[in-house]
Amino acid sequence: MARYEVFVTYKQGIFDPPGATAERALRNLGYEGVESVKIGKYIRIETAGGIETVREMCEKLLANPVIEDYRIEQVGEA
Amino acid sequence: MRADLSPELAPRLAEELGLKPAEYEHVVEILDRTPTVTELYMYSLMWSEHCSYKHSRKALRMFPTEGPAVLQGPGENAGVIGVGDGWAVAFKMESHNHPSAIEPYQGAATGVGGIIRDIFTMGARPIAILDSLRFGTLDKPRQRYLFEGAVAGIGGYGNCLGVPTVGGEVYFEEAYEGNCLINAMAIGLMREEDLMRAVAAGPGNLLVLIGSTTGRDGIGGASVLASQEFDEKAEEKRPSVQVGDPFTEKLLIEACLELLSRDLLVALGDLGAAGLTSSASEMASRGGVGLEIDVTLVPQREDAMKPFEIMVSESQERMLAVVTPESLGEVQDICERWGLPATVIGQVTDTGRFVIREGDEVVGDMPAATLAHDAPIYDPAAERPAYLDELHAFDPLAEFDHPDEPEMLTSTLFDLLASPNICSRRWIWEQYDHQVMQGTVVLPGSDAAVLRIGLPGRGEVTERGIAVSSDCNGRYVYLDPYVGAQIAVAEAARNVACSGGRPAAITDCLNFGSPEKPEVFWTFREAIRGMADACRAWETPVISGNVSFYNESFGQPIYPTPTVGLVGILEDVAHHTTLAFKEAGDVIVLLGETEAELGGSEYLKVAFDTVAGAPPRVDLEHEAALREVLLAAIGEGLLRSAHDCSEGGLAVALAESCIAGGVGADVHLDLDENGDMLPPVAALFSETQGRAVVSVVEDDVNRVIEIALSHGVPYAVVGEVGGESLRIDGLVDAEVAALEGIYEDALATYVHPEETFASEELREG
Amino acid sequence: MRFGVVVFPGSNCEQDVVHAIEHLGFAAEYLWHGDMDLGDVDAVVLPGGFSYGDYIRCGAVARFSPIMAEVSRFAERGGPVMGICNGFQILAEAHLLPGAMLRNTGLKFICHAQPLRVEESVCHWLDLPAGIVLDVPVNHNEGNYYCDAETLARLHAGGQVVLRYCEPDGSLAVGGSAPNGALDDIAGICNERGNVFGLMPHPERVVDPVTGGTDGAAFFTTIVRRLAEVAG
Repeated sequence: MARYEVFVTYKQGIFDPPGATAERALRNLGYEGVESVKIGKYIRIETAGGIETVREMCEKLLANPVIEDYRIEQVGEA
Repeated sequence: MRADLSPELAPRLAEELGLKPAEYEHVVEILDRTPTVTELYMYSLMWSEHCSYKHSRKALRMFPTEGPAVLQGPGENAGVIGVGDGWAVAFKMESHNHPSAIEPYQGAATGVGGIIRDIFTMGARPIAILDSLRFGTLDKPRQRYLFEGAVAGIGGYGNCLGVPTVGGEVYFEEAYEGNCLINAMAIGLMREEDLMRAVAAGPGNLLVLIGSTTGRDGIGGASVLASQEFDEKAEEKRPSVQVGDPFTEKLLIEACLELLSRDLLVALGDLGAAGLTSSASEMASRGGVGLEIDVTLVPQREDAMKPFEIMVSESQERMLAVVTPESLGEVQDICERWGLPATVIGQVTDTGRFVIREGDEVVGDMPAATLAHDAPIYDPAAERPAYLDELHAFDPLAEFDHPDEPEMLTSTLFDLLASPNICSRRWIWEQYDHQVMQGTVVLPGSDAAVLRIGLPGRGEVTERGIAVSSDCNGRYVYLDPYVGAQIAVAEAARNVACSGGRPAAITDCLNFGSPEKPEVFWTFREAIRGMADACRAWETPVISGNVSFYNESFGQPIYPTPTVGLVGILEDVAHHTTLAFKEAGDVIVLLGETEAELGGSEYLKVAFDTVAGAPPRVDLEHEAALREVLLAAIGEGLLRSAHDCSEGGLAVALAESCIAGGVGADVHLDLDENGDMLPPVAALFSETQGRAVVSVVEDDVNRVIEIALSHGVPYAVVGEVGGESLRIDGLVDAEVAALEGIYEDALATYVHPEETFASEELREG
Repeated sequence: MRFGVVVFPGSNCEQDVVHAIEHLGFAAEYLWHGDMDLGDVDAVVLPGGFSYGDYIRCGAVARFSPIMAEVSRFAERGGPVMGICNGFQILAEAHLLPGAMLRNTGLKFICHAQPLRVEESVCHWLDLPAGIVLDVPVNHNEGNYYCDAETLARLHAGGQVVLRYCEPDGSLAVGGSAPNGALDDIAGICNERGNVFGLMPHPERVVDPVTGGTDGAAFFTTIVRRLAEVAG
């Protein structure tokens, strides 16, 4: 059994309204150095299936390849 | 029996849980021994103000609760009235103020979830939601956060359920800054014969928990939060806030209504404040039976939960059903089809005792009825607040230098239309699905929402309708609780009548400060007396409601806010009316007479930042007669528009009818003709009750006058619809497009002062 | 002629769609998401709502419902399928229509009457003259249509853009008329063949005049007429 962390974010070039709003809000709060904020999803999976299966889960359900990228990290044994 | 508390420790835990020493003594007396941890938690929650109404119960007895249409009065999960042809509506309003002050999105969302469960528990399909909201002023970022969050939460929950949010109101006043009010009202529709009551019966029958798993959410949540005053540390209470899951609630609605329609349930109750404890003990005491629950059978989402935690958890989206052993299989099949667990957690007994087990071990054993019914009833001290005399002595006309020339008066009208308490609420209701279920005949933005009775898509569409409105101007109640509370009922009734509905019954949500303060309690009792007198005179009984005390922060009570939710009946839903002027040439008639009543007015607040004076008077007979005129005229199809005069007075009412209709009006008040010489500000902005602005095609004017005469309601033909401007004598001259711009854009500008055109900017980003 | 209206857990406009269809004098029945059979229906509607709570992404879970395999096969055979709002999101997730719906740019749920311009298209569900403006309510939080540039060009070239958000006079505002930020103001698209149609606005809400208007009627009557012609 392994534990994986999956990060789902919008693809480059897809407008991310929550990210843009957070970005502006941070600047309004005085953080002038803020260049860019992107907001995505974090998913934690414990499975005996192996990283390839997790990749399949992402392709099929957890991310939408039309608009989203994903990154998988194994973070330990569960 | 697990004796897990020593006689020394028990009273200390009791105190920590909010039981007064005498209340603890009473528990010991009932049990004739030292209570267990589980029992103490259960008693402390059931005897909290929120669950027991111990400070308010006596005063609430003043309300009339019966009438020919009433099928179920107070005491159940919701009240029910018949609306004709065998149809019935269940409705109730409830507060979720304190949870929302901590986390506005989830607080408001779970508030909607809770009131919706109260409705379908009765066997009714939820068909509408209304929301009554109060915040501090929007120049404060925290207030904007609370307001935006609460609106998003209401929408997030109601939209997902597919129940339309059709109405409500909102006021922004300094008095609510530390304690916002989130009152949600839900309405459900059913056939009279399907009325269900949460009464446990039949020893040997099973207790089945349906819906979500149980976690530690909201332990000491609603019931404790609602019984404490607030302070700056509110943020730290965040962990006990519940998170709503509208998807599961939607499944619960469908599953429970299917179970009820197949007659598979003996009883059904929802789990709200105090969770399983409250739901189960109320069902048991209504049925005069006992219950036995094994907490290890309750599906849990967290590890190592203690029996008391399971018994008082306020995890959302759960229902408790009583099921015969023979029906269990079918019940579980239906729940499974909807993807919901349905787990047997105990059974009904004939002992009259509420027994809690953890496996084989008994951890609580109480006379069931004592939890729901033996809470002490208090008779709090009451004292007329000293501030009232000073406020009443204030004479608004004498005190200030009022504008009287056209430019200033027109500009004051613009200021009023831009006031957060008057301006368009479109920014709010466009975030709510207000049309789903195909019942919304009059959309939000008119005096009342009008709904068609029926369940379209299930082969049930009728010609009948209901009109619904919620109202309360807390400022009036602050200035005079008896009169102010009557105005709340009067305005709701007027709104409903202007839309074509005959007022039938009300629900209420009584938001006040601490009842342990004599001045607050006096105010509370006066407000109830006022409402009760009005409801009795107008034959609109109070069929359900909720009391929310301890709405205070930094030691200051909020404006007393007894919110009224009123439902009226339309025999023919086609005979409804909206506030919008329809066509040039229509004649404008003012029903009722304007007096110089500027006390507590929005004009005083906007122009002079003053809240003082006596509120407008209420004439119970005149209000009833005015409604009869409106209903008779609408019934005969004579009115093209109808709009009641409330905040901002006649000028604002006329402007709103112009804006909604996209057409101007030429109005002559003939101020001098009667010799009463109302000063211009009073003629325009006075908030005299018992008035409505109607428009009529020219040929029908005489008939409308006849109807007004026959009911003894004063009237005046004041002008004509037409043109592109609103002109009132020589006093006001404003283009409707300009009025509309101010009125429609104001709220969005207050919420996002720095980004008026958010979407354009975002798109460029 | 029978419509089938699919009920997913969390659908909430299925009754409205059935009411609209019945109000127009046609027959409709509910199809359960867990079934693997469309019965004898002639056209399928995926209604609005929040299937599976819109958790993960709108429509992402519903597309794996057993009935969706049947809906796909039905569509491949040329059967008419219309997805409204959440139904459109499900069709996109199921790759029966190209693109995806992002969150509204205003970050708010929107529910209001919306002018829509009918485009010249191959859609089987709508054959009103191009340029006609209809008033149909929108009601969504994620209706911001997106696809890549290549797909967009293909949609335009193939007559697959069926409806666009517009101003009341039918014009498109500089900077966009879409209330949700949708690419090219796209409110509804169909597949190349024209039988699968997805739109964010809710035509079923403007069929019964008591509660709306009548601008939505064509969305149901057109396909009935077309099927009758094909059969006839």
